[in-house]
Amino acid sequence: MPKWITQVGCPYCGSSCDDLEVLVSDDGKKVLETRNACVIGNEIFHHASSPNRPTRPRMRQEDGTVKEVTYDEAIDYTAKTLLKAKKPLIYGFGSTNCEGMSAVARVAEKAGAVLDNCASICHGPSFLAIFDNGYPSCTLGEVKNRADVVLFWGCNPMHAHPRHTSRYSIFPRGFFTTKGNMQRTIICVDPRETDTAKLADIHLMIDQGHDYELFDAFRTVLRGHDIPDVVAGIKKEQILEAAGKMKNGRFVMIFYGMGCCHTDGRNHNVDIAISTTRDLNSHTKASIMAMRGHYNIAGPGQVWSWQFGFPYCVDLSRGTHAHMNPGETSSIDLAMRDEVDCFVNVGTDAGAHFPIEAVRHLKKHPFITVDPNICMASEISDLHIPVRVVGVEEPGVVYRMDNVPIQFKKVVDGPDGVLSDEELFDRVYERMCELTETEPIWILNRGHAHGSSTAEQ
Amino acid sequence: MKEKIVLNMITQRAIEEGQAMEKGKTTPEYFKACSIVEMNPEDMKKLGIWRNTNVRVTSEAGSVIVKAIEPTQYVPPGLAHIRQGVWANQVVPPRTQSTGTPQYSGFPVTIEPAIDERIKTALELVQGAVGLWKEGGN
Repeated sequence: MPKWITQVGCPYCGSSCDDLEVLVSDDGKKVLETRNACVIGNEIFHHASSPNRPTRPRMRQEDGTVKEVTYDEAIDYTAKTLLKAKKPLIYGFGSTNCEGMSAVARVAEKAGAVLDNCASICHGPSFLAIFDNGYPSCTLGEVKNRADVVLFWGCNPMHAHPRHTSRYSIFPRGFFTTKGNMQRTIICVDPRETDTAKLADIHLMIDQGHDYELFDAFRTVLRGHDIPDVVAGIKKEQILEAAGKMKNGRFVMIFYGMGCCHTDGRNHNVDIAISTTRDLNSHTKASIMAMRGHYNIAGPGQVWSWQFGFPYCVDLSRGTHAHMNPGETSSIDLAMRDEVDCFVNVGTDAGAHFPIEAVRHLKKHPFITVDPNICMASEISDLHIPVRVVGVEEPGVVYRMDNVPIQFKKVVDGPDGVLSDEELFDRVYERMCELTETEPIWILNRGHAHGSSTAEQ
Repeated sequence: MKEKIVLNMITQRAIEEGQAMEKGKTTPEYFKACSIVEMNPEDMKKLGIWRNTNVRVTSEAGSVIVKAIEPTQYVPPGLAHIRQGVWANQVVPPRTQSTGTPQYSGFPVTIEPAIDERIKTALELVQGAVGLWKEGGN
């Protein structure tokens, strides 16, 4: 009998839904059906069972074709390449679990690498603003139960976080928000009339790239001063109306996305968003949250802050201490300045999502991809190592966009012989220790904190 | 009618892109979802093109052929949108304002009709950029 597995976590967006139900086949190898998932989550669960998935590492040959190799060969190649490189860059982690991130960090330390995650090209500016200005945030549960004015600024959850509005931010009925969306005022700031903007009571169609001015106008109004007749393409009356709604709300929630981080101003847009939240708190309760893109992209920030003291752009090449300076130690800048001589792409697709010029620079040196699927990065790599899909074939801890950790489960067995990210990088680490004739201290010490997966070592 | 038009480009997510990406970046679905530029009909008129015409989009960083379509989510005149992904990243400037994050949104592009030109596949664009592309695939 096929079996329904409940309370399954979804490995797609930062909403990290954990209420999915998945029907798996008798032999526990195939996903037959999903419930509660959005179209994208549904696609992930079904894609995992695809017969076209690679199940063995593939090494690029001199003539440009690829040849299957064993995991041992792939691990040996990765260990030797990392040791040989003066300053390797290990980047990615949008789609893996914290266990994998921790294992990669041990390898990075051994290799003297730069360790960076997708936040670098996404919410990195948010980190910069948060370092400078603090982060008066809350959990998504609080949003659901308390928020009666919700502001979406430069984000489009209807497309990027499909169930965000129904689980947390617009529609659900909560403890103090018993009437659901009837009780909530939705304000959307976006240069396009997005599908999220269509759900809003007030849509401020801002001139693209003028976010800072509009935030500044809100701060000015909230502090009781006058503003010009038009700011950032928005009429004064509309700004006053939106500011009035916020002031009169019982709990104002600001969600912001790439509209702030990807455009001119970057961290300064986020900085003033945080200051606006602070100003609002002299009138009512207000909170702010970054719409993190992937189900565990908050994870590396947590894991590496714990390991090294920094959430991203962690330069370990000095060998003595970690160093972080986005702009200098960030992936795109390192690539464009040709400062790295090996690139390892883990659980993401730099080939598709980096500006192409950065990809061209990185490809001058050994290029390794660790990812369950065929992607653009895998198709230009010297070596592609497939791994199990976290959340489908591999359990693990993930951090939701509000930094709440959730234990994801596996629903089916991975393809025979395919390793997890954690297993793979632990073996790379051990191989690096063998090659350098050093003690694998992190593996030896790991048993104390991490009993579960050491049994198979 | 003009030969070319300068618009402000943004590249962001769309649910069609997300779904197609999870299906696979070499699938026809991904090609269909991402090899497009959304622009206001007024701007199309200025450029003298019909909807669903191939155009060349050029920025300071590069150039790419995509299909001009009417916006699936309203885009005002002067603004253009390519969904994030392989085609968008052919023109996204890698400058980061010292934050590490490239200029994915808010950069000027020139758009001109390219009716007879072919839209390249994702693999052709990426492998082609690094000298690995072979006609007929690898």
